[in-house]
Amino acid sequence: MSPEGEQTPQRELGVSQEPGGELRVRLSGDWYLRHGLPPLEAVRQALADQPDTRRIAFATEGVTGWDSSIVTFARQVAELCPDKVEVDISGLPEGARGLYELAEAVPEREGARSDEKGPSFLEQIGLATLALRDGAVDMVAFVGEVSVAMGQLLRGRARFRRVDLGLMLQHSGADALPIVTLISLLVGLILAFVGAVQLEQFGAAVYVADLVAIAMTREMGAMMTAIVMAGRTGAAFAAQLGSMKVNQEIDALRTMGISPLEYLVLPRMLALSLMMPLLCIYADLVGIIGGAVIGIGMLDVAPTTYIQHTIEATTFTNLFGGIFKASVYGVLVALSGCLRGMQSGDSASAVGDATTAAVVTSIVLIICTSGLFAVLFYILDI
Amino acid sequence: MATSETADSRRSETAAEHLGVRDLTMAYGSFVLQRGLDFSVNRGDVFIIMGGSGCGKSTLLRHMIGLKEPAQGEVFYDGESFTRASDDRRNEILRSVGVTYQTGGLWSSMTLAENVSVPLGEYTDLTPAEMREVSALKLALVGLRGFEDYYPSQISGGMQKRAGLARAIALDPSVLFFDEPSAGLDPISSHLLDQLILQLRDSLGATVVIVTHELASIFAIGNNSVFLDAKSRTMIAHGDPKYLREHAESPDVRAFLNRGSAPED
Repeated sequence: MSPEGEQTPQRELGVSQEPGGELRVRLSGDWYLRHGLPPLEAVRQALADQPDTRRIAFATEGVTGWDSSIVTFARQVAELCPDKVEVDISGLPEGARGLYELAEAVPEREGARSDEKGPSFLEQIGLATLALRDGAVDMVAFVGEVSVAMGQLLRGRARFRRVDLGLMLQHSGADALPIVTLISLLVGLILAFVGAVQLEQFGAAVYVADLVAIAMTREMGAMMTAIVMAGRTGAAFAAQLGSMKVNQEIDALRTMGISPLEYLVLPRMLALSLMMPLLCIYADLVGIIGGAVIGIGMLDVAPTTYIQHTIEATTFTNLFGGIFKASVYGVLVALSGCLRGMQSGDSASAVGDATTAAVVTSIVLIICTSGLFAVLFYILDI
Repeated sequence: MATSETADSRRSETAAEHLGVRDLTMAYGSFVLQRGLDFSVNRGDVFIIMGGSGCGKSTLLRHMIGLKEPAQGEVFYDGESFTRASDDRRNEILRSVGVTYQTGGLWSSMTLAENVSVPLGEYTDLTPAEMREVSALKLALVGLRGFEDYYPSQISGGMQKRAGLARAIALDPSVLFFDEPSAGLDPISSHLLDQLILQLRDSLGATVVIVTHELASIFAIGNNSVFLDAKSRTMIAHGDPKYLREHAESPDVRAFLNRGSAPED
C-alpha cells in the first residue's frame, strides 16, 4: 500500500513528511467503528522509511464524522512509534483528544497484566493428577463433614428448618413420580420384549414374568430410578447450592454460626435417602406392570399364571436387595449433588460446571457401585 | 455517535429534546407504581432520576430502555416513539444506547475484553485484533488498563462497575443510562466515577441519564432531574437539582435534597 493510499472516496488516510523530522497523518471523511479501524500499514511504512522521525502529528480538518475508531487508531500509532518519537495529538478532534487523554490518564496498575504462559503438556498432566488427588481428598472430607452433621442430627442437635425438609421430600419424592413412571414402565416393556423373543423359542414364554420381576426388583428398578434422580434432583441440588454460593447466601449462614452442611446439605441428603427406596419400590411395581402388559397382552399368558410366576420370582432377597441398593444410590446422588454445589465457583458459568460435574459424578458412582454390588452379591450367594 | 455534526447541533439548539417521556404510567399488574410521568431529557444533559427508596426509579429506567412495557404512555427517542416501534426498530434505537447496571451485569464466563467485544462483534466488521484494540481503549477509558484478560469474578465490585461502563460505551452510544452508579462505592471512587461520567459525556457528546439518590453526585454532575414521589405516586419536581434544593414547591423535595432538613419558607 502506498503511503497516500485511498480506502474509499469518502474516507482518506495519508501520511506526509513535514520539515523537522515530522510525520503528519492526515485523515478525512467518515471514520466509524462499523467501517473498521483506519489502517496502520501506511504509518508503519512511513516510520520504517524515515528512521529519524522525531514527531508524529495528526491532521483531521477533513474528518466529517468519527467515533472511538480514531482514538483507537491514535493509540495504535503511539504504540507503533519508538520511544524517541513524540506523539502530538493536538490535531485530533476535540472530543477524541479528551478520550485519548482520559485513556492515558490512569497508569497501568503494576502487575495487572499477567505474562504467565500456560503450563506445558507434562505440567498439565501433573496438575491434573494433583487435582484428582485434591478432588478425592475433598470428597472424603465432605463425607466426613456430612457424617458429623448426621451425628448432630441423631443427637437431635442439627439445625435446619423442618419446612425445608418437607419441601425437599416433595421435590425428590412426589414430584419425581411422573418421570419415574415413564422410565420404569418402558424398562419393564423392553425387558419383556427382549425376554419374549428368546423364551418363546423354547415355548417358555411364561418365564417372561420371572425375568421381568427378577430384573426389575433386583437391578433395574434401583438403577434406573437412581439415574433419573441423578439427572433430576442431584443436578438441582448442585445448581441450588451453587447459586446460593454465588449469592453469598452460604457466607451469610456461616457468619451466623449456622453450618451450611446442617442447614442446607442435611435436609437434601435426608430427603433423597428417604425417598429413593420408596421410589424404587414404586419403579419395581410399574416395571412389572409394564412387563405384564406384554406378557398378558401379547404373549397370551394367562393373567393368573403370570401373577403367580411374578409373585414367586419376587423373593424377599431380590426385593430387599434392590431397595438396599436404591438407598445407597440415593446417598451417592445426594452426596455428589451437594458436594459439587458446595464446591462451585462464584460465577454463573461455574454453577453450570458444578451441575454437570454433579450429574457425571453421580452416574459414575452409581455404575461403579452397581458393579461392586453384582460381585458382592455373587460371592455372598444372595 | 460523536459526530462533529451532532456536536454542532448540540451547540446550536441547546434545548433540543433527546428523550421524551409522555404521560407514562408504570404498573406491576394492577398495582400502579407511578402515573402521569411527563418530562424531557435534552441533548447533552446529565439527567438525574431521583426519589426515595422503592419509588420506582429503577423501574422508570427499565421502561426507558424497553425492559418493561408501560401500562400507559410512551417513551420517545429523538421524537420517535420507542414504545410503538417494531422490535427491529427498537433494536436499532438501542444500538445508540449504553446501559450500566447496578452490579455491572458483566457476563461471568467472559474476560473483560471479551465482554466489551460482544457488541463490537455483533454490530461492526472489526477483525478480532481490532476488537481487542478497541476494547483495550474502552477499558483504559474507565481506568482498567491491563485488566483485559481478567474475569469479572477476579476484580472488585467497583472495578466491575467500571468494566460494565466500558461495555456500555463500546459502540459510542449517544445516550448513557446508569442504574445507581455510586451504590457500594467509596466516596473517592464515587467522585472519580462522577468525573468519568462528565468526561465521557463531553468527549462522546452523549446524553446521560442516572438513577441515584446520592446527593453528592446529584449536585456534582446533574443539570436536570425528575423527582418521583412514592406517596403521591407521581413526579413532583422537574428541573435543575441545584435550583430545586432551594426553590422546589414541595417541601418533600427540599427535604430530600437537604438531607431531611428542609429550610423553612
